[in-house]
Amino acid sequence: MAAYLQAFGAYLPERVVGNAELAERVGRDSEWIESVSGIHERRWAAPETTVADMGFAAAEDCLRKSGVAAGTLGMLIVASGSGARGFPGPAAEVAARLGLDATPAIDLPIASAGSLFGLALAMRLAGTQGDILVVAAEKMSALIENDPNTAILFGDGAGAALVTARPGRWRMLDSVLHTDGQYREALAFDGTGPLRMNGLTVILQAARKIPSSITEVLKRQNISAQQVAIFLLHQANLNLLTRVAKSLGVGPEKVFANVQRYGNTSSASMLIAASEWSETNPQPGPVVFSAFGAGFHWGAIVALSEEAADSGL
Amino acid sequence: MPDSSRRQRLRKLVEEIAGKPAPKDDQESLFESGLLDSFALPDLVSAIEKEFSLKVPDSDLNPRKFDSIARMDAYLADHA
Repeated sequence: MAAYLQAFGAYLPERVVGNAELAERVGRDSEWIESVSGIHERRWAAPETTVADMGFAAAEDCLRKSGVAAGTLGMLIVASGSGARGFPGPAAEVAARLGLDATPAIDLPIASAGSLFGLALAMRLAGTQGDILVVAAEKMSALIENDPNTAILFGDGAGAALVTARPGRWRMLDSVLHTDGQYREALAFDGTGPLRMNGLTVILQAARKIPSSITEVLKRQNISAQQVAIFLLHQANLNLLTRVAKSLGVGPEKVFANVQRYGNTSSASMLIAASEWSETNPQPGPVVFSAFGAGFHWGAIVALSEEAADSGL
Repeated sequence: MPDSSRRQRLRKLVEEIAGKPAPKDDQESLFESGLLDSFALPDLVSAIEKEFSLKVPDSDLNPRKFDSIARMDAYLADHA
């Protein structure tokens, strides 16, 4: 059964943290931060703001844009690697605050690729569950300390997407998901202390696996990278986004980027990017989602805009 | 076995990517010395694949294997 993306939503905290503010904390200068990450600034949530607070705000934004009442949802999926406690995860609280008291709500605690995995699951389940709201929310500022290799990268925020079996703006065509657990220590958060990241391993693997998963899913659908209207990727690092574009043989303008303004918001970043992009009157055509992160988990999804489907692409 | 010709080719690749002279000591870490950063590493692997006509599988994408000219040479001795 076909599945469709109806709408996206987002929430970003008000507090803007520029490179100058971080530079002193991590013992580097603003220019260095920008050169290694492409990030100008990021948002940090207030101490009292939780992952569930931000997830709920993004969920409300998405439901408002889609015109769907929370009470009609058939399932809620909440991705987060930075939830405040082990269990229950934020899905239960977001569900309760949406007024849902019997609708299944699932946590995906797999960090950066969580929203991609959530969309892929929703794509497969929408036919039986009905409308599925996928939310990704992260408070990454709570997971960092003063290590310049990680503290400069991360921001807080939340995104959401509504997946339905009813026809909508983008038909979800196909997805590929992968996990290679031998790298589980290369990027990890143990519940206390700062997150740990082996940047060399992460970048080396991501630079190969993101383009390869995109190529894999596009090849199955007989779509070339050049035909794709936009690539909506996990916003890890501007240098990585540029590299992915080069590997795919497309111009950097084909890869949506807002990491400069929000930093790396882990699982939330791809849906925040999708939400901003969807409000720009986007060009019809195939849309590719892709993410890579802790685990390692990675993959790609291809969808097709309603207008492009009507024109027979 | 170290191969001086192969090491020369590797040195040339490193210098092209870094835009700076490679360390005289083949054992010296290219990353700890600051000559290359994490984003240069995928370029270096791609350049090695092209120069030596081989495909480095994902399972071999371990930064330690490409940390110095000597380690790259050892990897190629086993795989090229």
